[in-house]
Amino acid sequence: MLSTYQYPKYEYSMPPELRGGVTTRHPVVVVGAGPVGLAAAIDLAQQGVPVILLDDDDTVSIGSRGVCYAKRALEILDRLGVGDECVEKGVSWNVGRTFFREEEVYNFNLLPQADHKRPGMINLQQYYLEEYLVRHAQALPDLDLRFRNKVISVSPEADGVALQVETPDGIYTLDADWMVVADGARSSIRRMMELEVDGKIFMDRFLIADVVMKADFPAERWFWFDPPFHPGQSVLLHHQADNVWRIDFQLGWDADPEEEKRPEHVIPRIRAMLGDDREFELEWVSVYTFQCRRMSKFRHGRALFVGDAAHQVSPFGARGANSGIQDVDNLVWKLRLVIEGKAPESLLDTYSDERVYAADENILNSTRSTDFITPKSRMSLVFRNAVLTLARDYPFARALVNSGRLSVPSCLEDSRLNTPDTASFLGDMAPGTPGDDCPMRAQVDNFWLLDKLGNRFQLLVYVDDPAKVPQASALQALMAGDLPIEVILVTPRGGRSPDGLRVFEDYTGRFAERYDAHPGTTYLLRPDQHVAARWRKIDPNAVRTALARATCKL
Amino acid sequence: MSLNLRPNLGEQGKRYIRAYTPGDDFYEELIELHRDLSEEQSAQVNARLILLLANHIGDLSVLREAMAIARKHV
Repeated sequence: MLSTYQYPKYEYSMPPELRGGVTTRHPVVVVGAGPVGLAAAIDLAQQGVPVILLDDDDTVSIGSRGVCYAKRALEILDRLGVGDECVEKGVSWNVGRTFFREEEVYNFNLLPQADHKRPGMINLQQYYLEEYLVRHAQALPDLDLRFRNKVISVSPEADGVALQVETPDGIYTLDADWMVVADGARSSIRRMMELEVDGKIFMDRFLIADVVMKADFPAERWFWFDPPFHPGQSVLLHHQADNVWRIDFQLGWDADPEEEKRPEHVIPRIRAMLGDDREFELEWVSVYTFQCRRMSKFRHGRALFVGDAAHQVSPFGARGANSGIQDVDNLVWKLRLVIEGKAPESLLDTYSDERVYAADENILNSTRSTDFITPKSRMSLVFRNAVLTLARDYPFARALVNSGRLSVPSCLEDSRLNTPDTASFLGDMAPGTPGDDCPMRAQVDNFWLLDKLGNRFQLLVYVDDPAKVPQASALQALMAGDLPIEVILVTPRGGRSPDGLRVFEDYTGRFAERYDAHPGTTYLLRPDQHVAARWRKIDPNAVRTALARATCKL
Repeated sequence: MSLNLRPNLGEQGKRYIRAYTPGDDFYEELIELHRDLSEEQSAQVNARLILLLANHIGDLSVLREAMAIARKHV
């Protein structure tokens, strides 16, 4: 039992199907209430789609699992409304240090720029994230979260799914138009649907130890190659909430997991690592292996796979839960538009295309990290150590040190939803990329741009003077109709719009810098804050065409 | 010219979103080059690779500098 955390036990209640025998058809069922399933259900409910969320358990994630939540995941959690709790409880960090034997050879800073709301990364035990998400989910009227509801069979149909669900009170049938599958790496829905997931298993084992101690180490990620306290292997240290330190020891494939888990083996390792006789308490120990693999596509008719059910990566790079949360970000607005009849079903194929692309990027990067960290051949080890011996003195070698390429959002450059640029732009905000954050002001309110973006299409129009906007009435017209676009004027000088448009003041100039904005520069953003299109001058007709493209109606 | 010790890898016409990508691309191909070779074969491949690259660089002063660093602290 953990000394720092009390697992909640959530209440089961008899589902209405078993109480009255009446079965109603639901627009969406989400299977699995881990971080990704919870995020999906919350996002759907908050966007007005009633949702049933099923989980076979009645508590949160047990033990030491997901640790790192990256800036992009935090921005998405902000949009869902749980970002503040996570950041307040978690340990924020930006700097990572890499040691080879006894020396530091390399360090990195995830967030070299100022003026972002969120840090590069936080460390937070997965159970806290799930607890905050559950609390948020239970307060939503459109979200029906059912604990101890286990799916025992699934029948895919042309226009929906039928599930058999087992509860302490018996079995019932649940019919839904759409199913979001978030039941994890060993997805039983995937197995019941006889769908394949391809990739490779890495022949290595890692020991996880969660240790409670008071230590004055800075909030940084520390990674050791071949340290004196664990020769020939690697070690990773993360500071989590409640003074819990997570340590990952590489063990090698031949290690006996049951032996290695015994306190008499674990404690001397930790003692050697700390190098002194400070007090600590062992809170959790487990051994894991991992795989890098994905399904060939994430949409199968009315079933949409998200998170570990769809793809798995090695843990080096924190690309697991972070990418699952981004799956949700990508999927939910598309599913809502399809359910509301405002976009064709083919929009959901772009969920698969875009997130398969992202999964491949995550698998590529985490596989490369794994191959660097645990070389598979003698020559691979020779090159790895050559890089590390050169890294302390020579910048070119530092660039090759790979102790994990940490989770960054995928820039969906090749997506069919993007409108290609017709003018040249500096900076990173190419179509497909999630919008960068920056500070903004409206009258006396100061806020972050990303806190005002999302859940709908939005047009950011950069102008010198909000009182003199060309085509103001044509811009206003974009805000009406079936798929309204909210128009926001961004200006370096403030002021009001006589046309009733919202005005954001870019008082630090960061927007102009990050979005390479000049008067007339216009960005169309998707409901997931990704750039759909951009122009150098205001052109409402081009905006309409880009909107049609971004919703598969072109 | 002196030996360039700054990151310098990349491919013409390719835009890299992450600074680490060209280095990681190269490193993966380098390790892949040695796949399924014996130690003797790998040593041969390394030697030939050095000779090819040295000829491409050409400038002996650059090569001397590189050789000195490579030998240091081994």
